[in-house]
Amino acid sequence: MDMVKDLASKKAAVIFTKSSCFMCHSIKALFYELGASPAIHELDQDANGREMEYALQRLGCNPSFPAVFIGGKYIGSAKDIISLHVDGSLKEKLIQAKAIWF
Amino acid sequence: MASASPRTDTSADGDIDDKTPAFHDNQGMVVSNPSERSRDQKTLRRLAQNREAARKSRLRKKAYVQQLESSRMQLTQLEQDLQRARQQGKYISSTGDQSQSLSGNGALAFDAEYARWLEDHTRRANELRGAVNAHAGDAELRIIIDGLLTHYDDIYRIKAEAAKADVFHILSGMWKTPAERCFLWLGGFRSSELLKLLMVKLEPLTEHQMIAITNLQQSAQQAEDALSQGMEALQQSLADTLAGSLAQSNSAGNVASYMGQMAMAMGKLGTLENFICQADNLRKQTFQQLHRILTTRQSARAVIAINDYFSRLRALSSLWLARPRE
Repeated sequence: MDMVKDLASKKAAVIFTKSSCFMCHSIKALFYELGASPAIHELDQDANGREMEYALQRLGCNPSFPAVFIGGKYIGSAKDIISLHVDGSLKEKLIQAKAIWF
Repeated sequence: MASASPRTDTSADGDIDDKTPAFHDNQGMVVSNPSERSRDQKTLRRLAQNREAARKSRLRKKAYVQQLESSRMQLTQLEQDLQRARQQGKYISSTGDQSQSLSGNGALAFDAEYARWLEDHTRRANELRGAVNAHAGDAELRIIIDGLLTHYDDIYRIKAEAAKADVFHILSGMWKTPAERCFLWLGGFRSSELLKLLMVKLEPLTEHQMIAITNLQQSAQQAEDALSQGMEALQQSLADTLAGSLAQSNSAGNVASYMGQMAMAMGKLGTLENFICQADNLRKQTFQQLHRILTTRQSARAVIAINDYFSRLRALSSLWLARPRE
C-alpha cells in the first residue's frame, strides 16, 4: 500500500500498467501525445508487481490497471481518463501538477 | 412423356416384310429373319431406354418440386420469425434452428434492435425539426434534445451487450449501411470528424465557442488516436502470436505450445470488447461536452445537422445498392 502511494507521489504523472494490456498502451500513448512523461510501472514486469496490484485493488482502483495518478492522487482508469480528457479536465490537472505546461 | 425420338418412327417399320419368309423357333414364337430381328431388338431396346429415361426424369422432377415446397415453407417460417423479432426486438429461434450458433442469433438480434433504435431516433429528430420550424421555445427544445441524448445512451448500452456476445459483428459494422461503413472506426463513427462538420454548419459561433469546440475536436482526435494505437498494438501482438504458432512441427511438446499460443491469442481477442466500449464512451462524452458549449438553439441545429448527414449517407448506400449494373 505504502509502496504504491510512495511511487505515486514520486512524479507528477504516474501510471501503473501491464505490458500485456493494450488499453494501457492506449493510455500511455495519450499521455505521450500530450507531452507528459509519466512514470510507468509495469505490474507484470516489476518484482513487486503482485503486491502492487493487490494494493491498487485495496485502494479501490477498479480495474487495477491502468491506474493513473496525477500529483499523487488517484485519478482513474482508462474510461475516466478519456472522459476527463474530453471535457478538458485532464490537461488542467496535468498543468496543476506541473506534468505539462500548456 | 412420349418417346419422341424421330428415329423410332422411321424404324418402327419393324413392319415385317411380308415377303420375307418367317420361321418358328422351338417355342413356337414367330421370329423374323436375322437382320429384321436385330433391327427389332435395337428398336425395342431404344424404346425401353426411352421409357426408362422418361420415368427417371419424372422422378427427378417430383423430387425437385418436393424440395422447392419444403424450402418455401421454411422461408415463410423464417419471414414470420423475423417479423416477430422486429416487433419484439429479440430473435426467436424457429423450429430446427437450435443448431444455429449463439453468435448468429446475437448478430440478428442486435441488427433488429438497432433498426428499431434508428427508427425511434429518426422520429425524435423529425420531432425536433418540427419544433424548430414551429419556433418552439428553448424549454421545449431542451426537453427534446435531452431525450435524444439519453436515447443515444440506449444504443451504446445495447452495443455493449451485443459486443459481449459477438464482438466481431459490432466491429465489422455490418449492421450499418455500406457508405457508413466506409467511415467506420472501432465499431462506429469518429466524433472528431463530426465536430469538424459541425463547426461549419453551426456558424455563427462566439469566439469562446469556437475555441472550446476546436479544443474538443482536438481532444477527441487525440483520444481516437490513442485508442487506435492500442488496437494496432493488439493486432500486431495477435499476428506475432499466430506466426509463432505456425513455426511448430508436429511433435507432442509443440502441440502443447501451439495450444498455449492459441489460448494466449484468445485472451488478446477478449480485450476487443473493451476497445468498443471505450470508443462508444468517447462518442458519448464528446456529444455531452458539445452540448455544454452550445446554446439550446445551436444544440438543436447540431442534432438536426448530424441526423441529416447520416440520413444522406444511408440514402447514398441505398442508391449505390440499387445502381444499374452490367
